[in-house]
Amino acid sequence: MIVDLPSSTTSAVNRKLVELRESGGVQALGRVLTLVIITDDGPAIEGAIEAANSASREHPCRVIVLASGQRRAAARLDAQIRVGGDAGASDVIVLRGYGPLAAGEPAAGLVMPLLLPDAPVVAWWPGEAPAVPSEDAVGRLAQRRITDALSAKNPVKAFEQRRAAHVAGDTDLTWTRLTSWRALLATALDAPPHEDVTAAVVAGETVSPSTDLLAGWLAARLGVKVKRSPAANGPGLVSVVLQRPSGPVELVRPDGKIGSLRQPGQPDRLVALARREVRDCLAEELRRLDPDEIYGEALAGVARTTRGRTPVTVPAVSS
Amino acid sequence: MTAKQAAGWTNPLRDPRDKRLPRIAGPCGLVIFGVTGDLSRKKLMPAIYDLANRGLLPPGFALTGFARRDWATQDFGNVVYEAVKAHARTPFRQAVWDRLAEGFRFVQGSFDDDDAFDRLEATVRELDRERGTGGNHAFYLSIPPDAFPVVCKQLARSGLARQEGLEQWRRVVIEKPFGHDLASARELNEIVNDVFPEDSVFRIDHYLGKETVQNILALRFANQLFEPIWNSHYVDHVQITMAEDIGLGGRAGYYDGIGAARDVIQNHLLQLLAFIAMEEPTSFSSDELRAEKTKVLKATRLVGPLDETTARGQYSGGWQGGEKVPGLTEEEGFDPESGTETYAAITVEVDTRRWAGVPFYLRTGKRLGRRVTEIAVIFKRAPHLPFDATMTEELGQNAFVVRVQPDEGVTMRFGSKVPGSTMEVRDVTMDFGYGTAFTEASPEAYERLILDVLLGEPSLFPVNEEVERSWEILDPVIEHWHAAGTRPDPYPAGSWGPESADLMLARTGRTWRRP
Repeated sequence: MIVDLPSSTTSAVNRKLVELRESGGVQALGRVLTLVIITDDGPAIEGAIEAANSASREHPCRVIVLASGQRRAAARLDAQIRVGGDAGASDVIVLRGYGPLAAGEPAAGLVMPLLLPDAPVVAWWPGEAPAVPSEDAVGRLAQRRITDALSAKNPVKAFEQRRAAHVAGDTDLTWTRLTSWRALLATALDAPPHEDVTAAVVAGETVSPSTDLLAGWLAARLGVKVKRSPAANGPGLVSVVLQRPSGPVELVRPDGKIGSLRQPGQPDRLVALARREVRDCLAEELRRLDPDEIYGEALAGVARTTRGRTPVTVPAVSS
Repeated sequence: MTAKQAAGWTNPLRDPRDKRLPRIAGPCGLVIFGVTGDLSRKKLMPAIYDLANRGLLPPGFALTGFARRDWATQDFGNVVYEAVKAHARTPFRQAVWDRLAEGFRFVQGSFDDDDAFDRLEATVRELDRERGTGGNHAFYLSIPPDAFPVVCKQLARSGLARQEGLEQWRRVVIEKPFGHDLASARELNEIVNDVFPEDSVFRIDHYLGKETVQNILALRFANQLFEPIWNSHYVDHVQITMAEDIGLGGRAGYYDGIGAARDVIQNHLLQLLAFIAMEEPTSFSSDELRAEKTKVLKATRLVGPLDETTARGQYSGGWQGGEKVPGLTEEEGFDPESGTETYAAITVEVDTRRWAGVPFYLRTGKRLGRRVTEIAVIFKRAPHLPFDATMTEELGQNAFVVRVQPDEGVTMRFGSKVPGSTMEVRDVTMDFGYGTAFTEASPEAYERLILDVLLGEPSLFPVNEEVERSWEILDPVIEHWHAAGTRPDPYPAGSWGPESADLMLARTGRTWRRP
């Protein structure tokens, strides 16, 4: 059910929510967190809500979409409440603020009265994020701040900002996209021979914050020389090579879909390693609400990597 | 596990703070015997796909089917495909399927066929070479227990059970029933342990793979709220129920002569009892967990006289939920004179300081009111009520109910004032539902258990000691029933069991909860 409340106030929204709850049962009682999505008004909203609804199947939450409308307009708040089938396992409140309500403290003031009692608050910027999320008016309300450097207009600059402004509680989806890579690499090292890694090379698209971040993670964890090289082919992250005395462990993904794990003395193993969708990443992000220290270390590790110039060529994986 | 074997070496890429990194099994393969069975198609194959889809299986994972059917590997692949399409929990992804399907193999043969096992051995070796399974293989025996000895022998003879070197592992997974009494359980354990050391044996009790059952430990030991009242000072009694609304049509071969007590109480219900009654383990390592479970099972004993503290029944035909259903003796394949019980209830006590004097009532049955499994901890009444008797007429005993299935969650019942000008107290319920407070996406029990087998994580699998102890508890009841020479009491299909079960509780002034 979708209820529109044009030219409204947050107390009217709250009243309506209680009314809907009384008539429609016990929604919003078992919610485990409040997810605030900060975005510009426009078509991007629906995609973000869809991702949030899908994530809410795993983490029932209240979703507050803060969409900033026209800044040069009279102050007005248009609210919309979605419950039931239109909202997955969440209730969705869309707040469109215009004029002075479009941004900053007044916009954060719209969110405040609608936060669930006690439950943690997560802020998510699916597109452009503020330079310092933790100092943003909404960001300050949240325990966890999720950004996505890759979806910014200038991913390289956004990633630089993340590195410069990182505080505990921040994460970026560039990190979430790496989880399956990191898991495969860690598992490869779990098995014998248990040798130290002596050097590592990470290759990927020139503009690929995830590739930089993986190199940073390896540098931070392994304490060895890690080179970040451009890849001659393939989207995103393309190859990781960990040098060991007995030979290299290689994980490559030249086509963005299928990966291949290569180790000396063992047959090559193919693995489905498609780039993860935003909703999967979001669900993973919501799984943990404590600061991700390893992410912080990986960001710091980026400074310790060296840039390679020679493009790395990875031959296609045969299946 | 590899981590244990490589003492002194820590993987630099792992960190306990890095909670995102999932546990992926190392290189390995799984061989399923009885691959054409229901369990295999409805549970195992979908669970394997779901694990692959979640990225938790190693690259190069191999799945080998062994059965009598004259199939080629491709036919086997089709069967798995159909099973996955029909029963998998996660969406179908072609890329994941393609990688998984590359690791399928099928070996045709019967259990007494030496040649077939030699071919299986060759297949497994070939997988080590082609797929890099590294000599790590688990054998899932989804077969009737009377086939265990011959399969175990074959696994030993063909060398399949032998692990070469410390870095390889061979494991065996077995399903209930683990025998039908203490003697047969011991015999079975001997047969299995003859071939596989106990730490390589994984006994599946799929209840233990359920989130709610593991949540019992979290509820009890991670909260301050419940543990102080979790003892005989406050608890009046505990009821553990596993009810099914289906009958036994088509299961005569297994069930006739076995009965409800052996089928369910010995394994599922006593395991649930162990979780609800055990002391706090000093850590969550599998050794500590099993030590506490064994301890509490060792302290568990039957309450007598058995005539009064146990009940058994057999469903008779009638109308159940708008459907005409036959009684057990009319079911196809059952002896018309069958004395097999389809309902069983027993009373046990746990002889520890914590539980002294608190009866635990365990009941299970087929063709009962509805399908439900739950554990209800019923508390004593408040020692003094500053209300008139008329005010609290509708106040029952407080209860804490763990709903294991369906609708997993926890219910609490307590008294609350009825709105109005008079003081009247009535029972209300407070609900926590897994489905609404977390996740539709919670993994199936088999996913968790299969992954644990591949990882070599034994916490959720009962050891032979627990199995044998459970039989020790139950055996006297069955012997007593046999010695009595009477038939089980009939109860109408769709009811909550025979009258004798109600009498069994009524003797101590208690009643069964309607779940």
